[in-house]
Amino acid sequence: MMPDEPKYAVRTVGITKRFPGVVANRSIDFDVLPGEIHGLLGENGAGKTTLSSILSGYYRPDEGEIYVRDKLVRINSPKDALKLGIGMVYQHFSLVPRFKVVENVLLGLDVAGQQKRDLKTLAKQISQRASELGFSIDPWAEVSELSVGEQQRVEVLKVLFRGASIIILDEPTSVLAPVEVEGLFRTINSLATQGRSIIFITHKLVEALELCDRMTVLRSGIKVGTLSRTGLTSTREVVQMMFGGEIEPTTRRGTTRVGDEVLRAEDIAVKNDLGQEVLKDVSLTLHKGEILGLAGVEGNGQKELAEALAAIRPLEAGRILIGGKVSGPNPEDQYDLGVAYITDDRVGEGLVGDLSVAENFVLKSFRRPPHRKGLIVDWREVEKETDQLIREYGIVARGPKGVARTLSGGNLQKLLVARELSGKPIVLIANQPTHGLDARTTEYIHQKLVEQASEGTAVVLISNDLDEVFSLSDTIAVIYGGQIIGLLPREQTSKEQVAHLMVGLREDSGGTQTATKTSGDVELAQPKT
Amino acid sequence: MLRSATPILLTALGETYGESAGVLNLGAEGVMLIAAFTAFVAGASTNSLVVGVLAGVGTGMALGVAIAFLVVTLRSDQIVIGVGLDIAALGLTSLGLRVIYGTGQLPMLPAREIIDVAPLSSIPIVGALFNQPAMVYLAILLVPVFYYVLYRTQFGLKLRTLGENPMVADTAGVNVFFMRYIVLLIVGAMAGLAGTYLSLYQVSFFRDNMTQGRGFIAIAVTMFAHWNPVNVFLASLLYGGAESLAGGVQALGFLRTIPTEVVLMLPYIFTIVGLVALARRARLPPALAKPYRREL
Repeated sequence: MMPDEPKYAVRTVGITKRFPGVVANRSIDFDVLPGEIHGLLGENGAGKTTLSSILSGYYRPDEGEIYVRDKLVRINSPKDALKLGIGMVYQHFSLVPRFKVVENVLLGLDVAGQQKRDLKTLAKQISQRASELGFSIDPWAEVSELSVGEQQRVEVLKVLFRGASIIILDEPTSVLAPVEVEGLFRTINSLATQGRSIIFITHKLVEALELCDRMTVLRSGIKVGTLSRTGLTSTREVVQMMFGGEIEPTTRRGTTRVGDEVLRAEDIAVKNDLGQEVLKDVSLTLHKGEILGLAGVEGNGQKELAEALAAIRPLEAGRILIGGKVSGPNPEDQYDLGVAYITDDRVGEGLVGDLSVAENFVLKSFRRPPHRKGLIVDWREVEKETDQLIREYGIVARGPKGVARTLSGGNLQKLLVARELSGKPIVLIANQPTHGLDARTTEYIHQKLVEQASEGTAVVLISNDLDEVFSLSDTIAVIYGGQIIGLLPREQTSKEQVAHLMVGLREDSGGTQTATKTSGDVELAQPKT
Repeated sequence: MLRSATPILLTALGETYGESAGVLNLGAEGVMLIAAFTAFVAGASTNSLVVGVLAGVGTGMALGVAIAFLVVTLRSDQIVIGVGLDIAALGLTSLGLRVIYGTGQLPMLPAREIIDVAPLSSIPIVGALFNQPAMVYLAILLVPVFYYVLYRTQFGLKLRTLGENPMVADTAGVNVFFMRYIVLLIVGAMAGLAGTYLSLYQVSFFRDNMTQGRGFIAIAVTMFAHWNPVNVFLASLLYGGAESLAGGVQALGFLRTIPTEVVLMLPYIFTIVGLVALARRARLPPALAKPYRREL
C-alpha cells in the first residue's frame, strides 16, 4: 500500500521572528509542495534567510506554526530539522576546510538518525551519489582544495546523506561562475524530479524565473505574495513586489570628458599570496572624472591589481604615479596622495565588526585634522561627521556608537563607501562595490560612483558584472591572465565583444575565434568600427 | 623518564581534546595543583590511595564543569578565567595546607604499589620500563584510546569540528554547548589525575606550588604535538627525559661542574625552544578560545 502523498511538504502559519530592533519575519504563511522548486525572493534584509533558518532549526520562531508533511511539528534545533528531513545549504558554506569531503559528509549522520557506516563505504556512496547527480567528486580530497562550485556540491551531498527531502539553498548562485550555475540548476532539477522539495533563495529574478515552479516574494519581513511561473504575465509585476516601486537604472552620461591625467601605472608586475606573478606589464592611464571599468572573469588578477593601486601589495616591477607623484610604498602614503579603496572584502579588510560605526569611519583619517586634535582623536567631531553620513547615506544603524557587526551587508557597504568617499579622493579604486547587494543598494552605490566621477574623481571600477561595467564606465579594460588584453571606449564596443575577451577569445577579421595568447606579445583587441 | 613524563602526558591528553574542541584551558596548572592537594588530604585522612585518587579526579571534574559554566555558558574570556584559576589555586592550596596541618609534620600516605611486569622487568636497562606505578601504565594505555576516539569516531569528528567551526557542528545537529561541557569534564578529569599522580605517586606529600609549571608545559606540549595524542606522548617523553636527566646528573655526580640550576632549567628551555620552533608553522584550531553564539 502506498502511503498517502502529503498535500504540502512544508507549510508555515503566522511565523514571526523578532531580533533586537527589527522584526525579521512578520506573520508569514508559506508553503511548499512535494517535488516543487519554490523560489524565495526579496532584496537583502527581506527576511528570506531568517525564514529558512527557522525551518532548519537554527533560529526559533517567536510565534507561528510549522507543518511538515501536513503534521504540526516543533523545530527547536537543527537536530529536530534534520530528523524531519529538512536540510539547508548555507550561503557561507558549513564545511570544515581542513577535513576531507567524506569527513564533512559523515559529520552529523548519526544525529540525523542515519545508519552507521565506515569512511570507506561512505566514500563509495558519495562517488555513486555524485555521479547520479551528474558530477564527480573525490571523497578523499580535503575541502580546502576544492573550488567553490565543488564545495557547494559537497554541501548538497551532505544534506542528501542526512536524508533531507526538503532542501533549502540560500543564494546558491551568488558564489558561482555562470557555467557552474547551469550545473547547479541541473542538479536541482534532478533532485526535484526525485520528489524532493527545493526552497531556492535568491534576489536574482532571472534565476527564479528559469528554475522555479512557484515564487514567494518577501519584503521587509512581510510576505507580499506567491506567484506561479505559469501564471506570470510580466516580470515587472515581480520586481514591483520585491521593491515596492520601480528602479530606474543609472546610466552614465554619454560624453566622455577627458581631464588631466591623474593615474598612471607603468609596466607594473605583482605577485599573488602564493608568490606567483599574476600581473605583468600592466599599464593604465586614467583621467580626471573618468570611470574605467575593468571587466574580467574572477581570478585573472583583478584583486591583485586593485591592491597594487592601493599600495597594499608591493610592486615587483614598474611604478604607479598619482597626480604625477610616484606612489607608495605604504597604503598610508597612497591615502595621503588621495587614493581611496573600496575593497571587495568589506568585513574582512574594509571594516572592523567589533568597532563602532564612528570608529570604522575614522580608521583611515584619524591621523589628520579635523579628526585629530593635537595628539588625540577628536571624537566629538568624528561622531558629528559620522552622524551626518549615516543620514546622508541612509545607513540603518543605531547611531555613530552602534557596533558595526550589527549592520546588514548593504549598510556595511554603504558605510565603507561613505568612508572612502568622505576624503574627496583623486582616485577611487572600487573592487566589486555592489557584490551581493540588493538592487536598491546597488543602485544607490552606482549613483554615488557616478556622482563622484562628475566631481572629478577618477574611478577604477572592477566588477564581474558586465552590465554594471557597461552602464557606468567611460572606458572598458578587459583583464585576462594578468594582462590587459583590451582597452575600449564604451561607445565603440559591445557586451558580446567584451564577454569574448573575458574568456580569452578574440574575434579576428574572418569571424572565427582564436584563443588569445597570454605570454609573449599580446595583440590589443581593436574596437569594432 | 616515564614517571616524570606521566603528569605532563595526562594533562596534555586532556588539553588536546579541549583545544581540538576550541576550548583553551589555561587553568590546567591550577586544576593540577588543587587536585594534588585534595588527593593528598583525602588520601592521608582515610589512609587510602583509592580515596585519594577519586578525590583528585573528582576535584578535576568539578573544576572542569565550573570552567565550562564560565566559558561556555557565560562566554567569559577563556584566558582570563584560566590565568585566574592558576593564581587562585596557588593561594588556596598553600592556605589550605596550613589551615589543615599547621606548620608541623605532614601525615604519611600509604605506600604506592609498583606494578612489576614479571619477566620483562628483569631485562637489563629496558627492564625499568616495566616496573612502574599503576598510573604510569594507565597514562600510556590512554594514548591509543585518546587517538582512536579523536580520529576514528563520530565523537572525535564532532569534537574536532567544534574547534574548526562550531557553527558547522551546530547546523549538523550537534549540541555545541553540551559537547563542550563533556570535553571540559574530560580536560578536568585528566588534569585532576595528573595532579593526583604528583602528590600520591611521584612523591608522597603535598608542597606549595608542587606542579612547578607542568600544567603550562602540558599546554605547550599539546601545541607542538599538533593536537595528536601520539605526538603528545612522544613530546611528553622528551620532557620526562629532560626532567630525569636533571635528577640523574645530580645523582651521577660526574657532571658536577655544571651547576644544578642549569640542569633543572632543561624542561623549561625545551618548552621555549619547542614553542619558538613551532610558532613558524603552527596552525591553531580556528575557533580556539572563542565563545560560541548563534549569529544574529
